[in-house]
Amino acid sequence: MRAFVEFSQQVLSGAALGCIYALIALGFVLIYKATEVVNFAQGELMMLGAFLGYTFISLFGLPFWLGLPLAVVCMAGIGGLLDRIVVRPIVGQPVFAIIMVTLGMGFVARSGASLVPAWGVDTHVFATPFTGKVASIGPLVASHDQLAIMTTTAVLVAVLFLFFRYTRIGIAIQAASQNQLAAYYVGIPVKTICSLVWGLSAAVAAVAGILLAPVVLVHANMGFIGLKAFPAAVLGGFGSIPGAIAGGLIIGVVESLAGFYLPEGFKDVAAYVVLLLVLAIRPQGLFGEGLRKKV
Amino acid sequence: MSLLAIDNLSLHFGGVRAVEDVSFRVEPQEVFTVIGPNGAGKTSIFNLISRFYDANAGRIAFEGRDITAIAPHEVAQRGIARTFQNVELFEHASVLENLLLGRHVRFRTRLPFELLFTPSVRAEERAHREKVEEVIDFLDLQHYRDTRTGSLPYGVRKVVELGRALASGPKLLLLDEPSSGLNNEETEEMSFWIEDITQELGIAVLMIEHDMALVREVSDRVLAINYGRIIAAGDVESVQAHPEVVRAYLGE
Amino acid sequence: MHVVRKTSYDQDMRLFAHRGVAFWYGVLAIAALLAPLALNTYYLSQLTFVCVYAVAGAGLMLLTGYAGQVSLGHAAFLAAGAYTEAILQAHGIPFVLSLPAAAAVAAALGLAVGIPALRLTGIYLAVATLAFAFIVEEILARWESVTRGNFGIAVDTLAIGSLRFDAEWKFFYLALGVLVATLLAVRNLLRTKTGRALVALRDSTIAAQSLGVHLAWYKTAAFGLSAGLTGLAGALYAHKIAFISPEQFTIMVSVELLVMVVVGGLGSLHGAVFGAAFIVALPQAIVFAKGVLGISGSGQAAVDAGVFGLLLLLFMLYEPQGLYGRWVKVRYYLEVFPFYRRATFRRQKTYARTERLQ
Repeated sequence: MRAFVEFSQQVLSGAALGCIYALIALGFVLIYKATEVVNFAQGELMMLGAFLGYTFISLFGLPFWLGLPLAVVCMAGIGGLLDRIVVRPIVGQPVFAIIMVTLGMGFVARSGASLVPAWGVDTHVFATPFTGKVASIGPLVASHDQLAIMTTTAVLVAVLFLFFRYTRIGIAIQAASQNQLAAYYVGIPVKTICSLVWGLSAAVAAVAGILLAPVVLVHANMGFIGLKAFPAAVLGGFGSIPGAIAGGLIIGVVESLAGFYLPEGFKDVAAYVVLLLVLAIRPQGLFGEGLRKKV
Repeated sequence: MSLLAIDNLSLHFGGVRAVEDVSFRVEPQEVFTVIGPNGAGKTSIFNLISRFYDANAGRIAFEGRDITAIAPHEVAQRGIARTFQNVELFEHASVLENLLLGRHVRFRTRLPFELLFTPSVRAEERAHREKVEEVIDFLDLQHYRDTRTGSLPYGVRKVVELGRALASGPKLLLLDEPSSGLNNEETEEMSFWIEDITQELGIAVLMIEHDMALVREVSDRVLAINYGRIIAAGDVESVQAHPEVVRAYLGE
Repeated sequence: MHVVRKTSYDQDMRLFAHRGVAFWYGVLAIAALLAPLALNTYYLSQLTFVCVYAVAGAGLMLLTGYAGQVSLGHAAFLAAGAYTEAILQAHGIPFVLSLPAAAAVAAALGLAVGIPALRLTGIYLAVATLAFAFIVEEILARWESVTRGNFGIAVDTLAIGSLRFDAEWKFFYLALGVLVATLLAVRNLLRTKTGRALVALRDSTIAAQSLGVHLAWYKTAAFGLSAGLTGLAGALYAHKIAFISPEQFTIMVSVELLVMVVVGGLGSLHGAVFGAAFIVALPQAIVFAKGVLGISGSGQAAVDAGVFGLLLLLFMLYEPQGLYGRWVKVRYYLEVFPFYRRATFRRQKTYARTERLQ
């Protein structure tokens, strides 16, 4: 019984962590689906979001429920601008060029953040309404932070689902992601859609960053967690939103279990081991479709 | 013995029957054309012969040997070369390199010797280069020898692709819509080349084509398919006049 | 502008297109050989680094620039070479054996990645190699009985028999020799069947297959060769640095190697060397620029990374052909002066081209 409780506890905290991976992976997938750009700077967008949250809430002293949306809106703007200034000129270039550009963006963002005097290379904390509170569910315990992460992820996914299903813009985004040229011909403003998706993705990243801040602290290098969200997105098939969520959860839970049951060191590579195993069996990820080029 | 023998070949994608119970024979040195409306399953037959797809049923035999289940890269070794509907060239390589790649299966050099570029490697490069030059002369590509194929006009690209297939020294050439995207003059030229390929080089041609003028000019026999099934076979006139074929093209 | 009149097929197989090219390479060779006389130890040491990086760059160029396979995990192969060399040397194995062994271990590891990578393309491959590199990094840190974990391994001065490479110039000549041999071997490969097959793999797998190119074989071979060369560089690197630890082989190093080939110019061997020079010169240039601008040295690492990223961005946006592409343009400008037209090299407008499969 005790073993089972321990196991469940690990699964629970893994799922909370997994939700963060899932949110970042969601950002990857949104951008990839709409624009075929693989954004290696997604983790850095999250980092910037966390720093903005820190600035508004901790430095400016705004209330959390004002600071959070402010940071999210700012990040959405930054995301849209990035698309406009950096990404658009290379649309149509091979995937490889785009990977390099987003990698470069990541470098610049990290370096830029650490050069901002108030941010620097130190770690920062800021309090959220959830900080320090713990809830117990039967024999299991979860911090309010963890619960907030899971709830927010669920709500965000539901909202996104409804957005893509029922709003005009959502449907236009879907159309553009299935066939850009055809979407363009039927009068969908594809360029605007792309900027919009970048904004949306950056906004999701900002939410993830602010939720994650109490767990891992705000730091210029916190974006490296994005490298763990990659396996999550790939595991899920890279083009699939439910896949990204499932991938994130799997990676989070596996990591948490590996940290608890396996010797030290396995925790950090668990995500990658799982990824390689899955890819060895299903090269298109768990939820991807096996497609091939038509001739 | 027929050069290519296709028996009861079927290919299904889920519920879609792309190719259904297709059988035909291609004889040495003939031009055999497959016609049919878009989506009839013509290219699927090519892809089955190229082994890009696995057949659900049926058998493909080349020179009497079963090739239904060989690896895709072995198809070229057996002596079957092909072109593609939308031209699949190596865009960042020159025409010469593309044609040399056509001879890939004829090279016998080994990696360690290539790293050292030993005299034997040089001799082999030279020998294959001569073969490639024959193709260049045959198709009048001298002018483009060192041009990157990505920057060539479409018509020339189609010729380069044909040359690349020829360079491999095939016994059977699969041409997927050789005239698509070409102007009248280029199509005319293409038809001369196809005749030369069968008559001078003795290579059999299996071709998919929509341009009926070209089909009439070069084909020995024609096969018409629709919805993956054979609807008519025989010489050009009889197939063209076949009521099923007329209906397939004009609709009910 | 030099017009070459071709009179034999062999002309297309030559290492140097014509005498003029051979002449300039001769000048370069003499300059390289005389470098130890002209440069002080510090600059010579930097030049040695350029040679070492360029060997790794040639390896990655083969895989990424020619075979078109992205690798975000090349630091792992560098590490494999470096650790093999360090460990074998500590056991008294002579350099003439340990150097090939280092390359072989890295190549074996490359094959091990290449085989599962066969079915992967694009982003899946990039992330799989990334995952692989993380795992290798963790193994280096945890397998303490062999790698001494995070304490690292001190690497002795290199010696072949009684010849000790204790002076900077001696090691420079060694690195230069390895570089020249590497470049020659790769160049040879590129002008033969295998090299063309790799390009085929990059440009159209479907056409390659229809021509009888055994995709699996060539993809694996590309990984093996590329990893082997990177391992070779790793072995030299271990001796040059004299101390290795897992921190020297992080994901950042993989990215740096990738940046090297991209900034140098994908699809050209010159690019590998140009890129190596760029990577080595950049930190110096930043220090120099700071001195000129009178900025104090705080946050050096952050600035470095930022400039690095910014240059990467600018190169991809404005000069996707890299330094080599820029050099070709400058040379052309001088050759045809004053008739240069900007449009000569203008990039064709491209539209979002889907690489997704339907």
